[in-house]
Amino acid sequence: MSAVRLRLTGIQKSFGATRALKSVSLDIAPGEVHALIGENGAGKSTLMKILSGAHEADAGTMELSDIPYLPENPHDARLKGVAMIYQELNLALHLSAQENILLGAESTKLGWVDRRASRERARAALAQLGHADLDLDRRAGEFSIAEQQVIEIARALLIQPQVLIMDEPTSSLTQADTEKLFATIGRLRSSGVSVIYISHFLEECRRIADRYTVLKDGETVGSGKMKDATLDHIVTLMTGREVKDLYPRTAHAPGQVVLEVKTGASAPRLKRATLQVRAGEIFGLAGLIGAGRTDLLRTIFGLDALDAGEVCILDATAHSSRPRDRWAQGVGFLSENRKEEGLMLNQSIADNLTLTKMNAYGRFGWINGGKQRATAQRWVGELRVKCLNAGQTIGQLSGGNQQKVALARLLEHPARIFLLDEPTRGIDVGSKAQIYQLVSELAAAGKAVVVVSSYLPELLGLCDTVGVMCRGELAAVRPRTEWDEASIMRVATGSA
Amino acid sequence: MKDTLKKILAKGGPFIGLILVIGLFSIPAETREFFLTYNNFKIIFTQTVIVAIGALGMTLIIVSGGIDLSVGSTIALTSVVGALLIQHGWGPAPVLLVMIASGGLIGLLNGSAIAGLRMTPFIITLGTLGVARGTAKWMADNQTVNYDTSPINGWMTTADPFSHALPAGVWVAIVLAILTALLLRNTVFGRHIFALGSNEATARLCGIPTTRLKITIYALAGCFFGLAGLFQLSRLRQGDPTVAVGLELDIIAAVIIGGASLNGGVGTVLGSMIGALIMSVLRNGSQQMGWPTYFQEIIIGLVIIVAVFLDRLRQGKAAA
Repeated sequence: MSAVRLRLTGIQKSFGATRALKSVSLDIAPGEVHALIGENGAGKSTLMKILSGAHEADAGTMELSDIPYLPENPHDARLKGVAMIYQELNLALHLSAQENILLGAESTKLGWVDRRASRERARAALAQLGHADLDLDRRAGEFSIAEQQVIEIARALLIQPQVLIMDEPTSSLTQADTEKLFATIGRLRSSGVSVIYISHFLEECRRIADRYTVLKDGETVGSGKMKDATLDHIVTLMTGREVKDLYPRTAHAPGQVVLEVKTGASAPRLKRATLQVRAGEIFGLAGLIGAGRTDLLRTIFGLDALDAGEVCILDATAHSSRPRDRWAQGVGFLSENRKEEGLMLNQSIADNLTLTKMNAYGRFGWINGGKQRATAQRWVGELRVKCLNAGQTIGQLSGGNQQKVALARLLEHPARIFLLDEPTRGIDVGSKAQIYQLVSELAAAGKAVVVVSSYLPELLGLCDTVGVMCRGELAAVRPRTEWDEASIMRVATGSA
Repeated sequence: MKDTLKKILAKGGPFIGLILVIGLFSIPAETREFFLTYNNFKIIFTQTVIVAIGALGMTLIIVSGGIDLSVGSTIALTSVVGALLIQHGWGPAPVLLVMIASGGLIGLLNGSAIAGLRMTPFIITLGTLGVARGTAKWMADNQTVNYDTSPINGWMTTADPFSHALPAGVWVAIVLAILTALLLRNTVFGRHIFALGSNEATARLCGIPTTRLKITIYALAGCFFGLAGLFQLSRLRQGDPTVAVGLELDIIAAVIIGGASLNGGVGTVLGSMIGALIMSVLRNGSQQMGWPTYFQEIIIGLVIIVAVFLDRLRQGKAAA
């Protein structure tokens, strides 16, 4: 048997002008658990898609047990011996555990499903995972998430994979289930399967992995034996980039508290958050994807139900918390998801911009279209939105220009508390700089701004105060000056 | 040049379709003499009234991202209600109001179930399709409800069949179409309907009371369907609980041919009216050509598919 199970050399991949992977190299021994580590957007997902055959690399070579490995599609990758367990499980919830395990690989006799052979194979796969007692006839949907994951791993084992890739397998598991998963991974390791383990939780990686590779901005920046590496070393590798001077700092002096959350919780993700935001303050929320940052904003805005605790908008007259009332109280929300929630893509810029207060552009329910368009046109000019005119369908604009219109909705309303979820996601650098400038000016004018971002330099460059969330809890809130990227990452990954 | 052509296609797609079908029936020797006459168009307009008024309500619903399958049954039920009231000696004005109100009530129930129980409109209105039809048959004792006479009988005809005047029903449809177009284009309510259909999550995020809005839309559309029931009664001069079976499909087809999207957020009253006319012209022309009814059904079916396919091509190009 070769000493290297999987070897990647100089993998490159671009999407249009974006270079997702610049140069990634990786090698994994048989029976090794290899942690793949990197911040959001470092290129892990792209790399996994190339490995599992969903994308094709632009350059570089892949070898599986010394044979060139060129998967044509995910099915082909599976047949060649590389199986993937996605973060979002892929089970047919209405079918039984057995049917799920054998999906696409049923034992047949003359075209008929051979039930006995099928059952034996499913049983054998589960036994290899130490779950021989799982009820094969129950519907997959009736199992817990952890058990569903076992079913999915059993399915992957059916074709005897050489490499098993697991993407954030513990993100929805409890502590006890995580322990069971680690035991399962241990069994896989001893039966010679190589495991690529992707996780944001560095402590977990340390416990389970033999070796690690760190990706940053599409490049391999370090790898080695896990037991030789300190967490600090890994965090430095993950974040070691310069903070560019994109962030204007207009002087602003935070005043009275205007927004307060007291031990707020909202099922399923937000467990506990306490914070105060003052007028003229920019409050940043850091954390990994799924840590509950978006859930916190949505709960404040009344889009998700508050299950426990309290959200107070100070000096607001009404205390109801539906989005409609929040707007009336002067709270505005910018969704992280422009396409699915933030904008009506097949409607005009003017309609999108004025949707929260259409009554203001006319009388008795009739809209004065001229007034509405003139208002929109004014914002288009002020924010330098590139478009034909305010009547243009917003779906035809670029992401950056769409985002400016989405923000203008809050400005026109006008809001005094801005909840901005990933305000610069997927937009060009020019628009980003403009949005930073705008946010800074808002704070200078005494507005309160809460910014959720996955991009740490942005939070450190822009905010007065930064709170870091980990697994549904707001773990630490400190002035910006007391944070750096490494300390934020440590809290976010639960290793502080 | 190419851009202008595209613009004309984008704005006037259904209109071009209407001119095409009219042209189609103006050429053959069998129909040339009579087809393009005022009197024939008077007939076409009169035959369009019920589908057109239904299509006004359906346009509101489809633009909001919903669907209503119970329209045919609603029309039958309200026509039975109207006939029973006339039997009891009610005058035309109260009958008119009660019929519109009963249509509105069915819409209110539909809307409340859809918004309140968060169920898909398809399922709810499929259910009320059966409930309303059954209730109509029950109320009518499973037979037609006949009455001596009522002024309502005259609303779909003119006293002198050869006069140039149009029946009252045609005028009502035209006036309502203008009002509905203004409602959709120029009122907060109308823009909120577009917002709801275009992206319900955005509407919610922007503080639009989506539950109340949905209920209002279905109730208002139900009023239109009640009025369509009135003209159905006027045309048949009796309450028939088995009338208008499958009419909802004609009405939905009119709205879709008119350029509305079943995904919501797109649609115009003018388009829906032209869509209703295209189907009437096809029926009228086919009859004059002496084509059997099954042939008409095949043609209308194909027209729906072609219209939506062309629409998708057009939108695909616009998005690129």
